[in-house]
Amino acid sequence: MDRRPRLAVWKFASCDGCQLSLLDCEDELLAVAEALEIASFPEASSALAAGPYDLSLVEGSITTAHDAERIREVRRQSKHLVTIGACATAGGIQALRNFGATDEMLAAVYPSPQYIETLATSTPIAAHVTVDFELHGCPINKTQLLEVVSAFLAGRRPAIAAHSVCIECKRRGTACVMVQGVPCLGPVTHAGCGALCPAYRRGCYGCYGPMEAPNLPALAQRWQALGATAQRFEQALRSFNAAARGFRMD
Amino acid sequence: MPTRTLHVDYLARVEGEGALELRIEDGRLVSTQLRIFEPPRLFEALLRGRAHAEVPDIVARICGICPVAYQMSAVHAIEHAFGHVAEGQLRALRRLIYCGEWIESHALHVSMLHAPDFLGYPDAIHMAREHAEVVRNALALKKAGNELIRVLGGREIHPVNVRPGGFYRVPTRAELNSIAPTLESARDLAVRLVRWVAGFPFPDFERDYEFVALRHPDEYPFNDGRLVSSAGLDIDIADFDRAFEERQVPYSTALHAGIKGRGAYLVGPLARYALNFDRLPPSVQALAREAGLGPVCRNPFRSIIVRAIEIVYACEEALRLIAAYEPPRVAAVPLTPRPAIGFGCTEAPRGICWHRYEFDPDGNVLTARIVPPTSQNQPSMEADLAAVASTALDQPDDVLRERCERSIRNHDPCISCSAHFLRLSVLRP
Repeated sequence: MDRRPRLAVWKFASCDGCQLSLLDCEDELLAVAEALEIASFPEASSALAAGPYDLSLVEGSITTAHDAERIREVRRQSKHLVTIGACATAGGIQALRNFGATDEMLAAVYPSPQYIETLATSTPIAAHVTVDFELHGCPINKTQLLEVVSAFLAGRRPAIAAHSVCIECKRRGTACVMVQGVPCLGPVTHAGCGALCPAYRRGCYGCYGPMEAPNLPALAQRWQALGATAQRFEQALRSFNAAARGFRMD
Repeated sequence: MPTRTLHVDYLARVEGEGALELRIEDGRLVSTQLRIFEPPRLFEALLRGRAHAEVPDIVARICGICPVAYQMSAVHAIEHAFGHVAEGQLRALRRLIYCGEWIESHALHVSMLHAPDFLGYPDAIHMAREHAEVVRNALALKKAGNELIRVLGGREIHPVNVRPGGFYRVPTRAELNSIAPTLESARDLAVRLVRWVAGFPFPDFERDYEFVALRHPDEYPFNDGRLVSSAGLDIDIADFDRAFEERQVPYSTALHAGIKGRGAYLVGPLARYALNFDRLPPSVQALAREAGLGPVCRNPFRSIIVRAIEIVYACEEALRLIAAYEPPRVAAVPLTPRPAIGFGCTEAPRGICWHRYEFDPDGNVLTARIVPPTSQNQPSMEADLAAVASTALDQPDDVLRERCERSIRNHDPCISCSAHFLRLSVLRP
């Protein structure tokens, strides 16, 4: 009998990018598949085994009544549940509907919106069930994904830092783009990407979501000093992690 | 009245959530539906009011597998609206990052999602137990494509470096030269992949598709060209609405597209190849002939060979572009926003990805429309499904179900993209 831990990968409203990160572990994928049983991963396999599972990786946000039911069943079947990415952790870009009129938005996209069943909000997984760990990023960092999977298999907490992108810039030796006059969300954004945008000479756009205890008013002032209005600052926060508590000015 | 219905509730080895339903009455197939229940994310609505500079980062999130395609169509549409045409090395770098996406996306589909169908495995992991070298080579090929995207874009999924007017930072010659050896080995692996998939058992099945793709005066198409079809269509991308229409069906969150007056058409590798065979270098044409392909392939099962051929082409093209690279003086050409409408249409790995944006005087989005490849292919996929199923109606449900799923996977559907865009249900007595 197969005694390897059982992994399942689930998709809700999302772009598939975070689960693709697992397939993008080109050098490690076959080793991962040996260390654990990939019991259910529909994007990669037509062999789908029933639960229970030791670890469920959940991608995507909840935007339909059916999915709100489905995530409860996933939780019942899973010993550990880890959300992967901004959609599952904060609601994703599709949570911009939470700030506006979903019916009007549906009508803007579909000629017959009455055929479409969707909720007025896009909500993170933790709004529906208990989540054991949230991995940030749009998309997640695949090295961090491997760390999270290894940690849960070993029964320890994942070693994922919750400080800001600024620390990653310093480590990388990237000159601060704010000092050069470019508005940047790095000071309030959760680390994990390796401070990519500043390394490409642009400001961070916050795709890893809020760091632990972000100071938004202080950064808003710095943006203003660089000629970026409060409105532009708020719009910048309203992207892939718009619904995350730490990115809300209200 | 004996009715038999067959359902595939969740299509595996495709990107996104879809299902199939077949209804069979008196041994006759009466309906086939490809149902896309991927929850809609309403991109076209949430783009309204956003600054043009934010658009490439937002639309990338439509698809984790082909974000570059969305970024490319968007930046071209924005530049079109503001009266700019990308030229020289900036244009070449866009072609180069697109090569990376074709390599990683096609390698994923050919080796990990599609090949298991021909060899009877549920996935690449199981396939690796008997074909370890093939799977390792496939992963190496995919990694090479991803590396190219990483060098140019910062990361393989949702790259951060593409902007209207060009890039945030252009690579040095040394950075590009460093990936040339990887691409040279990737080209060799891709040639072996072509020969391997060419030996698969293919059903004798052809369909009379109307193929639609971009066509450029002298290149195999990536970022620009006219929209042409195998039935003689030849239009500017801005005239898309005159020739094509989108309609909604109650069972799908993806809009269906059709050619006005004629209906279903096919985009993607089969279409691109048939309409642009003469634009492939002689070495790649010769490899296609060696693999048993003529200049047109109408058998969707053989699309796996065409994808592998396109990987070889993308590796060669990338090497050519790298050899000719001179860093441009500026990373991005400044754009002057104006109230205007812009169109962009580029060849995503799965086919043409058409965008239209209307901007206000400050360059903010007033309206956005995005027509992804998979929603365009839905009617053709349903027609394939009907044709494949009708030859196997006497088969038990599990055999019929497997054939139907395969007929969909032939087209590498990206459902996440098309929802505004698939489960198999067979209804029979």
